[in-house]
Amino acid sequence: MFRFELYRVSTLLLGLCMLGAGPAHAQAARQAALADVGRTATPAEIKAWDIDVRPDFKGLPKGQGSVRQGEVLWEAQCASCHGSFAESSEVFTPIAGGTTAQDIKNGRVDGLMPGANQPNRTTLMKVATLSTLWDYINRAMPWNAPKTLTADEVYAVTAYILNLGNVLPDNYTLSDANIREVQARLPNRNGMTTAHAMWPGKELGGAAKPDVQGSNCMANCKTEVVIKSFLPDYARNAHGNLAEQSRLVGASRGIDTTQPPVAAGSQSNSALAQTGYVQAAPEKIATSVVAPSSPAAPAAAAAKLPAPGAASLMPLLQKNACLACHGMDSKLVGPSFKDIANKYKDRADAVNYLSGKIKAGGQGVWGSIPMPPQALSAAEAAQVSQWLAQGAVK
Amino acid sequence: MLNRFIQRAPEHFLSREQIHEVRAGRRGFLAGAFAAAAAAAGHANAQGSAAEGDANILNLPAHSKGLGQPVAARGYGLPSEWEKNLQRRESPGLTRIGQASVSFCPLQGLFGIITPSGLHFERHHQGWWDIDPSKHRLMVNGSDDSLLKRPMVFGMDELMRLPNVSRMHFIECGANTGMEWGNAAVPTVQYTHGMLSCSEFTGVPLRTLLELCGVDFKRAKFILAEGADGSGMTRTIPMSLVMSGEVLVAYGQNGEMLRPENGYPLRLVVPGVQGVSWVKYLRRIEVGDMPYGAKDETIHYVDLMPDGLHRQYTSIQEVKSVVTSPSGGQVLLQKGFHNVTGLAWSGRGKIRRVDVSVDGGRNWTQARLEGPVLSKCLTRFNADFVWDGKPAIFQSRAVDETGQIQPTYNELRKVRASRSIYHNNAIQSWSLEENGEVKNVQV
Repeated sequence: MFRFELYRVSTLLLGLCMLGAGPAHAQAARQAALADVGRTATPAEIKAWDIDVRPDFKGLPKGQGSVRQGEVLWEAQCASCHGSFAESSEVFTPIAGGTTAQDIKNGRVDGLMPGANQPNRTTLMKVATLSTLWDYINRAMPWNAPKTLTADEVYAVTAYILNLGNVLPDNYTLSDANIREVQARLPNRNGMTTAHAMWPGKELGGAAKPDVQGSNCMANCKTEVVIKSFLPDYARNAHGNLAEQSRLVGASRGIDTTQPPVAAGSQSNSALAQTGYVQAAPEKIATSVVAPSSPAAPAAAAAKLPAPGAASLMPLLQKNACLACHGMDSKLVGPSFKDIANKYKDRADAVNYLSGKIKAGGQGVWGSIPMPPQALSAAEAAQVSQWLAQGAVK
Repeated sequence: MLNRFIQRAPEHFLSREQIHEVRAGRRGFLAGAFAAAAAAAGHANAQGSAAEGDANILNLPAHSKGLGQPVAARGYGLPSEWEKNLQRRESPGLTRIGQASVSFCPLQGLFGIITPSGLHFERHHQGWWDIDPSKHRLMVNGSDDSLLKRPMVFGMDELMRLPNVSRMHFIECGANTGMEWGNAAVPTVQYTHGMLSCSEFTGVPLRTLLELCGVDFKRAKFILAEGADGSGMTRTIPMSLVMSGEVLVAYGQNGEMLRPENGYPLRLVVPGVQGVSWVKYLRRIEVGDMPYGAKDETIHYVDLMPDGLHRQYTSIQEVKSVVTSPSGGQVLLQKGFHNVTGLAWSGRGKIRRVDVSVDGGRNWTQARLEGPVLSKCLTRFNADFVWDGKPAIFQSRAVDETGQIQPTYNELRKVRASRSIYHNNAIQSWSLEENGEVKNVQV
């Protein structure tokens, strides 16, 4: 693909400057044509931006910082997120903790071994290259003011973290001169591998063959299917109301997770039948999308909902042609929603009363023009009534 | 005049016996019949009302009888007001602070393979920026001076003047589905698989820039990509991948410039490789002769194996798929025909096949792959399903062109146990219950 595009573009260029040359010449010609794009970086520019430090410490600036200096900096600039002892998991994953003197000796962290019951994986349990710690603090810390520490300060903070993990003694001063000795004390320095097939190249001694392979089985692949893990009922609404996270049209809706699930087979439940969703269309199933869960008190169930704006009701109002007769603020055929809301705002059973009116229709309260019975489900009628009772918020 | 605004009372609401009574002159009964009609109307199909038809047809809506909006009412168009439920969202409790967090793409509602740019998942390590493109620079230099003929600086004007290519690729965070390693943890496909998006990216092959700098490709076996934001994101990428021409220095996304949340004005595109390598706000490329040991390849984004070793420099997103509908958190409205649809992808190339099971993996049938089927790009699949009202468990299983088959949780955990955090590409199960609700489960 790339070769083809290269050739195509090159051919275009060739057409302008020479004829009959092959692809090799074409590439050279293109290089020449592009030669004025970009400019040479100045030494000062490179110095300003080339801040990375490699595992062999190439790029590490000269400097030094003590554990004590690091502690002062830590309290001032780091402890609020990471805790005084770099152990906090309040904002970020903990940095220190979970390593032992034995780990420092072995270069492998026991807390990562099979069966170890270590709840957290701290930075010091993982980091195998000290350059990584130094480089990251230097480029990205403090979190809300990155790249503001001097090189000496980065040495000091690094020293303090290592001191918290007992890698360095209290009186140690870390510097570019001794950092390699400290590298040799990292608790997990031997805990990394590149023997896998997920590196997109042949370097790093990676494996060529992926370690996990699925099965091609097409029929009778299992004798039984056991559900081993599912979300507990109490987590039903833990991610917010899923009904509000799904499209409003299509073959499905989001589950209304503010309500308990409707029992399977509840199609015969007379209260659900009242929703109007079941009897007329037997192939449709009763769902918590349209049905309040408590048959005895649909209005009570609806009352738990927060006051919705008109936008969320619009589909319902339009679907049922409510807007053909009722304006938001002005009288059309019937009273405005605002007027209805005002009239019943102090009535304790407004939701039930209005639901009944919507379902049964009426005449005489607002004049002689009758309102026919409406084909809303009980839940939908309750939803509209709820909105009206709460002031018909636009 | 007013009559045409008023819905008629339902007709044919009288039973044979009632009609007989009316004919017999018992008109007083009509009040009761009206109440019966109300009940009958209540039982009508949710879409309809009167027996004579659908109110949405019988009563012409406002948009059929009025004047609509003018052109350019919105200089930059927006989705319909009715589509506001589809938003990228954070997973509650996952992270503590919004600038070091992730928002998940609402895969449950998307069609085809292209992610609308405004719904593209986000992962920021230190907040996002909207950078003035006229002040943005890309530097290319070497770990030592001998690795290239000249270190260079490019502005956006120059980068956009170079020959460009446009390619469609998926981007997936290495931690996508990470919450599910041990057990079912989140309810919907947005949260299980939503750190996944797919766009058409436009940019300059990085190879072109390195050639302009006269890089010594015999010695420079690695590059470091570095971002201009506070996190100064860095990742190592093998030169062999750059030389394939696939790695792009991209400024375009779905026909317009990158969105700020996705790295405006410049990001690296590393097809097939996890999102963290697609460095946003790209400011610098360094060529070198050894890997760089960046934080997000040696401390984070490392995969803990059962033997206590961490795999580092894990990069490729392996073959994976998921049914996006029906999926967790949805409720099917009715029995009968349903289209089972989903996405499949592989960081190793094209998708060759997707199988779908509706019985929890006992039996599988081949799904239809919808075109285009592109390398390192999302592929849309569809399969027919007729629901008889009984429980079902939906699964999908992808196979890529290298022959890699997406594993079950058992197959994956057998090798990698469940402490890896990253690179969970196991087969997802969605349980359809008799009440129509679909739940996230593991079998």
